[in-house]
Amino acid sequence: MRKFLITASVLALAAGALPASAEAETLRWARVGDALTLDPHSQNEGPTHTLNHHIYETLVGRAVDGSLTPRLATEWGITEDDDTVWEFKIREGVTFHDGQELTAEDVVFSLDRARTPPSGMAALHAAVEEVTAVDDYTVHVKLSGPAPLYVQNLTNTFIMSKEWAEENDTTTAPNFAAGEESYSVRNTNGTGPYRLVSRDPEVRTVLEAFEGHWDEAPAVTEIIYTPIAEAATRVAALLSGEVDIVQDVPVQDIARLEGTDGISVVRGPENRNIFFSYDMTSETLASANVDDNPFAKPEVREAMALAVDRDAIRQVVMRGESDPSAAPLPPFVNGWTEEMHAYDAPDIERAIELMNEAGYEDGFSVDLHCPNDRYLNDEAICQALVGMLGRINMNVNLVSQSRSLHFPLIENWETDFYLLGWGVPTFDSQYVFDFLVHTREGSYGAFNGTRYSNEELDGKIEQLATMTDLEARDALIAEIWEEVMEDRIFLNIHNQVLAYAMRDGINLEVHPENQPRMTTVTFD
Amino acid sequence: MLAYTIRRLLQSLIVMLVVALVAFSLFRFVGDPISSMVGQETTLAEREAMRDALGLNQPFPVQFFSYMGRVLQGDFGISYRLQQPVMELILSRLPATLELALISGFFAFVIGVSFGVYTALNRRGWLANAIMTTSLIGVSLPTFLIGVLLIWVFAVEFQVLPSFGRGDTVDIGWWRTGLLTPSGRVSLILPAITLGLYQLTLIMRLVRAEMLEVLRTDYIKFARARGLSNRAVHFGHALKNTLVPVITITGLQFGSIIAFSIITETVFQWPGVGALFINSVRFVDVPVMAAYLMLIALVFVVINLIVDLLYYAVDPRLRVESGGAKH
Repeated sequence: MRKFLITASVLALAAGALPASAEAETLRWARVGDALTLDPHSQNEGPTHTLNHHIYETLVGRAVDGSLTPRLATEWGITEDDDTVWEFKIREGVTFHDGQELTAEDVVFSLDRARTPPSGMAALHAAVEEVTAVDDYTVHVKLSGPAPLYVQNLTNTFIMSKEWAEENDTTTAPNFAAGEESYSVRNTNGTGPYRLVSRDPEVRTVLEAFEGHWDEAPAVTEIIYTPIAEAATRVAALLSGEVDIVQDVPVQDIARLEGTDGISVVRGPENRNIFFSYDMTSETLASANVDDNPFAKPEVREAMALAVDRDAIRQVVMRGESDPSAAPLPPFVNGWTEEMHAYDAPDIERAIELMNEAGYEDGFSVDLHCPNDRYLNDEAICQALVGMLGRINMNVNLVSQSRSLHFPLIENWETDFYLLGWGVPTFDSQYVFDFLVHTREGSYGAFNGTRYSNEELDGKIEQLATMTDLEARDALIAEIWEEVMEDRIFLNIHNQVLAYAMRDGINLEVHPENQPRMTTVTFD
Repeated sequence: MLAYTIRRLLQSLIVMLVVALVAFSLFRFVGDPISSMVGQETTLAEREAMRDALGLNQPFPVQFFSYMGRVLQGDFGISYRLQQPVMELILSRLPATLELALISGFFAFVIGVSFGVYTALNRRGWLANAIMTTSLIGVSLPTFLIGVLLIWVFAVEFQVLPSFGRGDTVDIGWWRTGLLTPSGRVSLILPAITLGLYQLTLIMRLVRAEMLEVLRTDYIKFARARGLSNRAVHFGHALKNTLVPVITITGLQFGSIIAFSIITETVFQWPGVGALFINSVRFVDVPVMAAYLMLIALVFVVINLIVDLLYYAVDPRLRVESGGAKH
């Protein structure tokens, strides 16, 4: 009976969807975790941004192909007379949910709030010196130097109302150390396409379409967002018709869901690649049973690259749901090339030869640190690698643990050999170089666990930040990549693939940052 | 009586303190909260500054005593993860857990006792044997698996019961109840069965064993000799005498139902304190973890205290001993 009712309602949906947006259409959306907060600047975290993008808006948006789209800014560019100043033209006629009009003042206030600690977005705006309103609809952002890619940092920086924030005493992002809850954690006033109706953290958040929104009315008029932590339950909720879209589909369930009537699965590349890296600089390794540092020898690094069978990991561990690659960056990021992407077939004989050349006829043993709750099948990938390296006489001890224990090891240089996943939110190679390749100093190299330090390369990386001639800049990026690949700083395995499962009749594309917009949902 | 109560209260306080100490020292092995609190762009210096601001760099005793000092003033801090006051978070989740625990405890008790009596009275019946055999499932299958199985059968295959959540709720003051709406009541069924199955089996086996024991005693034979009906013998005499230990066990098990609800709540996405705790562990949300463990300790301590005091009231021997010590 229930099944019949669902079929009937799906048919009704299909019939009613033709006249489109006038119909009231509720979308029940489930994913693994909830947004941590509704504060627009407190957390720089995926699920939080994803939900907030429906309530708040950014100056520029990120389309599913990775390109920038106008949102609250209609035009943007570097000013002609000063290449350290970015100019943004603010969209006119935009209103906040409480009815106030958006002006440049609100934008200035929001960018200042976002770049002031304890905001989680501050690091993205570290180069900003001053934000000023030139007139009601023009904003100038003055940076400490030429910053040709600054606009790329704005895709997750939300604009809020100055007056509302002042009225509710939330002019800075919430401060953990102060031990008080901020009004903005559970209350919102954005310009976004949806208004907050109710929020019960980790239970249910209800949004309804905001009628005063400047853009076309979305097909979905109501969103019911429910986090479901347990993978089996999440899939069951979709199969039983209790939710319409499941965002975090477990890899092992994708094939089965595709074979289920009434359910469809869409896939797309995620902005995240998974790689191994090692301490290639220290004199000795803490966990190795040899007196020197094997990872410091190019032969060993090459041997490891030859021992890894990426296709086997894809088939066995990822059930076909990954994009194997030798390039440690996702394909849509500026600087990616086909040559970097290509990888050799494993060649164990040659790898053993190389190990012998390096002086490790009997191999050596080392610890491998791996998270077990951060990336898709992270622990299983490490297990597979342990077996593959065993074939070239490397005796790898796997230490897999929670992310909260794993990442401090990289941060504190307490691991010799580790797995890391990296996303590139700016869609430009410079981001990879800044955090993973540059010598660790100041704001550079925070995740450079290799201790790699190359002064010449550091200079080139720093140069990238201020180059305004994009052609010359791309050439320099290619030059840096050549050296990085030559030195084998990363042993890349694959790029992650995202999958969303949904009821038939709903259309939604995979967003590379895993931030689907329900405004883009259409119904058949 | 007063001296006994005060002594027990002091003992309870010490237990609470020890739990707090052990819990707090364990958190150092859960990991670093900072890495889950900040984005990947945050510099190492900023991370260190944050660690300082939260007092995570202080030596363990300093952290512990400053935490206990704040707790004694009723300040449990603010959640690192959800940015809300911890006590408010826990209180808002507590009704869901208590409702689930009470309903599943009640279900386990009623069915457990009925099945126990039935299997004791019909020892050789095929139905009794069938019940005894299937009850092994309750003891041997992990809660997680039972939950997933129930979801699969009743939510996905038959589509008669919801697979997750609490349904619609109604607020009565700060108490958010799901018992007053049809969808709320329907949502309770699967989690309550999952959570109560183990207790049910335990109670059933206990009742059966006690019943068999009591049915062999002399006063049952005398009752039969008096010509009382089977019904009066079984329920008036036998069952009444089996219930004393059963009630004690059920009471004590109530604490563990609340504590074990963690797994059931995770499987069914039940918005209770157990699910809150699990999510907090993943995020190293120390303030919430500490408060939750103290709450669970409190529940156990209070239940044990009540049980002890009841024994004192019921069992005259305890009074004699404590009285005798004075001489």
